[in-house]
Amino acid sequence: MSGVNVKNLGIRFGSNAVIEHLDLAVNPGEFLVLLGPSGCGKSTLLHSIAGLIDVAEGSIEIGGNDVTEAEPNERGIGMVFQSYALYPTMTVERNMSFGLRVSGTPKPAIEERVKRAARMLQLEPLLQRKPSQLSGGQRQRVAIGRALVRDANVFLLDEPLSNLDAKLRTELRRELKLLHNSLGATMIYVTHDQVEAMTLATRVVVMRGGKIQQIGAPVAVYERPENLFVAGFLGAPGMNFLKGELTEGDSGAVFTSTAVKVPLDPATFKVDTHRSGRRAVVLGIRPEDIRIHEDGELSGTVQLVEPMGNHRVVWINMNGISLSAVLHDDRDIRTDSTIRYSFDVRRVSCFDEATEQRL
Amino acid sequence: MVLTVLVGYLGTTLWSIRVSLSSSRTFPQYDFVGLQQYERLFDNERWLMSLQNLAVYGVLFLLACMVIGFLLAVFIDQKVRGEGVLRTIFLYPYAMSFVATGLVWQWLLNPESGLQQAVRQVGFAEFAFDWIVDQDRVIYTIVIAAVWQGAGLVMALMLAGLRGIDDDIWKAARVDGIPPWRVYLSIVLPMMGPTVATVFILLFTGVVKVFDVVVSMTQGGPGTASDVPAKFIMDHLFGRANIAIASAGSIVLLLTVIALVVPFMVVRSRAGARRNDA
Amino acid sequence: MPRMGTHPSQQRADAGIAVAPRPMRRRARRIDVARVGIYAFLIAAALFFLTPLYIMVVTSLKSMDEIRQGFLFALPEHFTIEPWRAAWSEVCTGVSCDGIRTGFWNSVMIVVPSVIFPILIGAINGYALSFWRTRAADWLFAMLLLGAFIPAQVMIYPLVKVLAAASLFSSLPGIVVIHVIFSMPVMTLLFRNYYASLPQELFKAARIDGGGFWRIFLQLMLPMSTPIMIVGAIMQVTGVWNDYIFGLVFAGRENLPMTVQLNNVINTTTGERLYNVNMAATILTSLVPLLVYFVSGRWFVRGIAAGAVKG
Repeated sequence: MSGVNVKNLGIRFGSNAVIEHLDLAVNPGEFLVLLGPSGCGKSTLLHSIAGLIDVAEGSIEIGGNDVTEAEPNERGIGMVFQSYALYPTMTVERNMSFGLRVSGTPKPAIEERVKRAARMLQLEPLLQRKPSQLSGGQRQRVAIGRALVRDANVFLLDEPLSNLDAKLRTELRRELKLLHNSLGATMIYVTHDQVEAMTLATRVVVMRGGKIQQIGAPVAVYERPENLFVAGFLGAPGMNFLKGELTEGDSGAVFTSTAVKVPLDPATFKVDTHRSGRRAVVLGIRPEDIRIHEDGELSGTVQLVEPMGNHRVVWINMNGISLSAVLHDDRDIRTDSTIRYSFDVRRVSCFDEATEQRL
Repeated sequence: MVLTVLVGYLGTTLWSIRVSLSSSRTFPQYDFVGLQQYERLFDNERWLMSLQNLAVYGVLFLLACMVIGFLLAVFIDQKVRGEGVLRTIFLYPYAMSFVATGLVWQWLLNPESGLQQAVRQVGFAEFAFDWIVDQDRVIYTIVIAAVWQGAGLVMALMLAGLRGIDDDIWKAARVDGIPPWRVYLSIVLPMMGPTVATVFILLFTGVVKVFDVVVSMTQGGPGTASDVPAKFIMDHLFGRANIAIASAGSIVLLLTVIALVVPFMVVRSRAGARRNDA
Repeated sequence: MPRMGTHPSQQRADAGIAVAPRPMRRRARRIDVARVGIYAFLIAAALFFLTPLYIMVVTSLKSMDEIRQGFLFALPEHFTIEPWRAAWSEVCTGVSCDGIRTGFWNSVMIVVPSVIFPILIGAINGYALSFWRTRAADWLFAMLLLGAFIPAQVMIYPLVKVLAAASLFSSLPGIVVIHVIFSMPVMTLLFRNYYASLPQELFKAARIDGGGFWRIFLQLMLPMSTPIMIVGAIMQVTGVWNDYIFGLVFAGRENLPMTVQLNNVINTTTGERLYNVNMAATILTSLVPLLVYFVSGRWFVRGIAAGAVKG
């Protein structure tokens, strides 16, 4: 088990800086997920940890060793690629053992390691097949197996599930988590899929434009996003945003916009508005934190109801602003009808409009 | 439209087969003499010489072209500076005709005026490179010229093949700690099987047809030392007016091609079918 | 290559010594040695490929005296374009002595129709094969591809007879017909593969809109075919221009293409060989395909890849 420590990392493609001054510490045994939209630098970061991309500045340590200049195979890592990158002309068994053979590992040791990995991944019956004779899920297992036999301390996974169909993805996701639990190895996992991030991670790193936006446990990142970007990126349907002003009221801060006036909970929300008196802010509230009930203080008309199986998403028109709310019971709600609802003020987020940072 | 061509291809081939079984000389006659023309063909020393030349030329040309072309492609693929310029240089001979190729090399290899003379002028008085007038070695000079003309083609096709290989494969191999030469040999080359086969077939059909470069470079000489089957056939069709034996020769060529191309096509269509199943 | 697994800095770390940043030189030097080797090989190869061109150009600009006495690789001392003039308009080509310019114009006359017709036919064939699929058509196509492998020698004599019967032998239309026939497999393949790469939905949409065979072809497919037509044109121009054997057999004395005349100039003249004129003539003959090559660049390579029968 090794940790990974990235310090002041800078990566340039030509004159174009992709990542600058990035610091990241990965704890031993952690399942760390790098999450962000495409082009945010998450894959670049992962590949630089693997040693596949040259670093312009800074250092990378794995298990306490400075590996900034080391070859990928010297870093004690195993890697799984999005396209699997299996060697197509070799059997499953050879795919897993090729690296060990080239490095001159004794035959019995190779056999034992391949056997162990194959058992863990239920690949035993497939060992003599070629990748072209495998299904997508099986190929991905082989790719994981190839990383496993390396006896690595850190596993790097680059969107490993994104080429699979939805059902298989869920299945392999669970297997991956179980694998992590039984191996206890450090895993760094890149994805743009927030569901994968939420379910797999011990900590999530949200990235954008080569910069880390927030690091934290999945629940923390979801419930207390550091800025507007993180707030909007996580959650489906996304967080509702309302532009308005923050003023000092009788019992603490009050959010005011053209459509609503929301007193904020002083217990969870300590805002210093004394400096300027009023402040331009964006209020964010998750759809599940909008409660639809008879005596809600807010009202609006129902635009659309989307049944999702175990819940429904209700789109509400509140004075020209579209809000989404999640509804878990099966009461009768019709399009164009007027409903009443309220915000769960303990769970709202508030961001400075100019800096987009959480208040 | 396609039909007429089929008649053109099939009909003419059948016609040639028919003529090769007759005793025709200047004009076609439609008697039947069995395989007599083929027997005469294989008693003909010039024909045997040309076949031997074709074999030597074919093997050397294919080997040299594939090896040099592949190496060029691999080296160019190392993210070198001036890749575009290098590619242009390696491939331009392919845009030149075989006739021009033959003429240039005839002039370069001419002992009195070409490279041999030039090397002697700079001080190596004993230097000898006169293969083109050497009966036993002239065929090698044709190989040199043909490789010069064709290696760039192999390079271009192989390079396209190399570029088609998923970048992640290379990264996976680096994580596995496999040295680059080993990746090329054990992973990339096997993956390029279809490209290699295509290049091979392309070059092979060119080998069988080889004619222009010989005519322009050596005219089959000295004597008949660099004669090739295609030239033998053309001479017997037009110069010597013996169309039956020429037809027999052409059918022999056709059979060599079929012997190689048909298995290739079968393997490929099988592979294609397998891919469709998956 | 260092062995994987235990790696120097790791051992140091195990011994409890603080890890100093590893020197960067090892990796850099190994790469440098390899780099030098790569460039050495590439430059040597480039010299091998360039030498003939260099010699041709240099020689064509020297006088015969200078060639006899001078050094093969030397630049011309007395720069002259006289050989070029002679090659273009004076040199004897066996038939007459007015230079290879007649051959040049003959080649132009042959190339123009031999580009237009094969491309049109190839486009129609490829279109029919990829959108109006029938089992018979697939069979025909397979046969056509096999036909591409038949050595030309097999077909030459019967074709001579057929053309003679149609009184096309030794004529401009005759040689054009020959080029059409021999280029058909590749051109058909080229267009078929191109059309096959277009989405079938496009064609289905056009059919729903009520287009017929020719209407869809002329109004939808042909305008979309510009890129592949350029590729086809490049292949045909260079291929037909560089042809020797068909020109020799089928064109007739009046229409001999430039390659045939060039060979006549060099290999059938008697007396002293005028190397400078010969080289100038060779360059002149290669000028059109070389120009096409240098101008078209990547398109040329695309044509090669497409022509590399990949059914």
